Amino acid sequence: MKLPIYKSVLWGLPAVVILSLILYGCPSQQNLASNEEAAQKVYVAPGEYDEFYGFMSGGYSGQMSVYGIPSGRHIYTIPVFSQLATNGYGYNEETKAMLETSYGFVPWGDAHHPELSQTNGVPDGRYIFINENNTPRVAKIDLKSFQTTEILEIPNSGGNHASPFVTQNTEYISAATRFSVPMGEDGDKDVAIDSYEENFKGTLSFIKMQDDGSMKLDFQILVPGFDYDLSHAGKGPSHGWSFFTSYNSEEANTLLEVNASKNDKDFIAAVNWKKAAEYAAQGKGKIMPGEYVRNYIDKEDHIAKTERNSEVRVLDPRELEGMIYYLPTPKSPHGVDVSPDGELIIAGGKLSTVIPVHSFEKMTQAIENEEYEGEIDGIPVLKYDSILAGEVENPGLGPLHTEFDGQGNAYTTAFISSEVVKWSLDTFEVLDRIETYYSPGHLMIPGGDSQKPWGKYLVALNKITKDRYLPTGPELFHSAQLIDISGDKMKLLLDFPTEGEPHYAQGIAADIVMKDQVKFYKLEENNNPYAVKSEEETKVVRDGNEVHVYMTTIRTHFAPDNIEGIKVGDKVYFHLTNLEQDWDVPHGFTVKGANTSELLLMPGETRTMVWEPKRVGVTPFYCTDFCSALHQEMQGYIRVSPADSDVEIAYGTG
Amino acid sequence: MKKQSRIWMGAAAIILLGVYLFPIWSISLNAPQYPEGIGLNIWVDTIEGKSPHDLQNINGLNHYIGMKEIQPDSIQELTIMPYLFAGLIITGIVISVFGNRKWVLVWLGAFVLLAITGLVDFYLWEYDYGHNLNPNAAIKIPGMSYQPPLIGTKQLLNMRTTSMPHIGFYFALLSMGLAAWTWWNNGNEKSKVTGTKLNHKLKSVA
Repeated sequence: MKLPIYKSVLWGLPAVVILSLILYGCPSQQNLASNEEAAQKVYVAPGEYDEFYGFMSGGYSGQMSVYGIPSGRHIYTIPVFSQLATNGYGYNEETKAMLETSYGFVPWGDAHHPELSQTNGVPDGRYIFINENNTPRVAKIDLKSFQTTEILEIPNSGGNHASPFVTQNTEYISAATRFSVPMGEDGDKDVAIDSYEENFKGTLSFIKMQDDGSMKLDFQILVPGFDYDLSHAGKGPSHGWSFFTSYNSEEANTLLEVNASKNDKDFIAAVNWKKAAEYAAQGKGKIMPGEYVRNYIDKEDHIAKTERNSEVRVLDPRELEGMIYYLPTPKSPHGVDVSPDGELIIAGGKLSTVIPVHSFEKMTQAIENEEYEGEIDGIPVLKYDSILAGEVENPGLGPLHTEFDGQGNAYTTAFISSEVVKWSLDTFEVLDRIETYYSPGHLMIPGGDSQKPWGKYLVALNKITKDRYLPTGPELFHSAQLIDISGDKMKLLLDFPTEGEPHYAQGIAADIVMKDQVKFYKLEENNNPYAVKSEEETKVVRDGNEVHVYMTTIRTHFAPDNIEGIKVGDKVYFHLTNLEQDWDVPHGFTVKGANTSELLLMPGETRTMVWEPKRVGVTPFYCTDFCSALHQEMQGYIRVSPADSDVEIAYGTG
Repeated sequence: MKKQSRIWMGAAAIILLGVYLFPIWSISLNAPQYPEGIGLNIWVDTIEGKSPHDLQNINGLNHYIGMKEIQPDSIQELTIMPYLFAGLIITGIVISVFGNRKWVLVWLGAFVLLAITGLVDFYLWEYDYGHNLNPNAAIKIPGMSYQPPLIGTKQLLNMRTTSMPHIGFYFALLSMGLAAWTWWNNGNEKSKVTGTKLNHKLKSVA
């Protein structure tokens, strides 16, 4: 009796082997370009430049990483929301104020979405913005110098996730809260957490880009207490509108993974920001308290300053009509992306089996005809069927984000099925799919969220790395894959690691950014009050127990390099000015036992370190950047005497 | 001199204004660390970097080998030269007005003498900078001197140094050529006249 069963199992075995070969072996080879072809496409010869700049968020590193595309080379890290010991950002006296918040000094941030400034709907290479999720902030980076020059805190926000997305001429930068929180409209923020439905609210903030290039929090729109997730502004015909996804329309305050996944549909909030801006300009809405700071690098002296604000204009849809509408969208939508022609609004319904595509034209008609299925807190909810352009069937599991190639195709990441799916904006049919390793979040095509994408490469930004690179213990860099999208079939070209967690990324043709690069700072334009512009001006000045050392660097010495008369208990300010006026000749400075990072001085720049000597003796200092053939000779000594000593201040270069 | 020759002489004088508009000589340096090049332009009245900070950077590099700093303000020749050229231009114009062929030659002679003196002087400066080195220099290589070439290219440690005339020099050369031509042409005109006369004579003989 036993034998026949055994036999049948044996017969089944070859079938299993064949099946698993078909299922497992083949798909991973399907879209891989031949090694030679892929190598040629990503090879950037020594001395040559990449075709595109890729700007990737550093995620919980709080910084922004700059990559060359297609080579995948990591070429720079821009410090933004976190201190960076490499160059002293956030440690030295000139940049410390950039990390000031209404909660005090915050040395770290969680950066998510870089967004290039645009003119006429196309990235213009002037600035790149990035949000901070935890202590809600938006930063502006000047792409002439790749330096963070402004950080604006967002009040009345529980977490700045849906941010910073720009309008087509960078008129506004939007920032919406992920967490709704009690706003304390009637003065009380100390409420029970389970009074969520009653007391919790969200805000959509609009930051105005002013003519002088500075950011101003123009107004906030008070919205129901959902979680606002991501956003993109309209363009072309939909210019004047912004779209924000929301989930947790269930208004759950605990175990959201279950409690916020119940409703069949959540919403995309369509905001007529032009209308809202008009209301704000007319002085409508109310001024509400809200502590926030604006930090900026002063254009005059290049020193970070902090400006404190305590109130903000808030517009309430219950009182002001026509600002905002809800578009019902299946299953906790994550990303929202607008097609290059500005007509289609695509949601990544992360728990949905289809990609819903809304039509902007149908939306405006539905608003005109008041095709509402209800209203929430003064916000009309449009009928799903009245606004839908179509649904993309079989888009993969867990669709999150979509970018465009400018040739009529959309590319959507599917987190759960770990793939990028290419589909037609015309027929909504899936055209091609390619695996990624593993589980992509955002994806990036240079200019892929603008009106004119450079549809040549796609970068999939994955959340899981596992076995892609040489193992480095339990903690791994994330992985990114470069995919050729120039043909009908997507082809995998390159796999490269990325630092932190690059949620979103932006890309731009290199020549647009390259042409205005600052190579060094002109000494004659250095207006730092502690700058010295020649060795003759260097000095050491005592003021009570504060000592100011005005020091210069030039290949290959400090002036002065011998200092006496410093005492234990003094507070010593080293003001270093790099006198070099040539590209890529930085000098560094540190002193033994310093409780802060080194200073890294670009040519023509002044930076200040505070040092409190604790021990009697002679303390060495030296240049930390290998600046020249005699770099090791670039050093000096400071004599530290007891607190009650009467050693006079003396200094010089022998 | 004929009117046409006088105009040419005037042109020779006026063209010399070019030395105020363009550098006369150039020294270019190339090194592994300077793929974009670094260099100096020598003008009639000053020495400037090819890019705004090149002079400062070259002085910075030169201090390693103990070379003196190039300080344009302390070089007297650069104060005198503009006046010498102004003198040539004014006298050139005066000569063109009076049209005296002999004075054209004198003018040309003075110019050539000035040019030779200038080049010799330039060589001596280069010799001084290249040989007269600070004994406390960081980099000392026995037997090595750092005199740039008067004209041409020479490898000095990591620096490939090229010294060449610049546009201003060619203006001066053109001016010289025009003056010489004016002088020569007037001379030829005389012999041409003699030639025709001779021809005439020969004809009458025939």
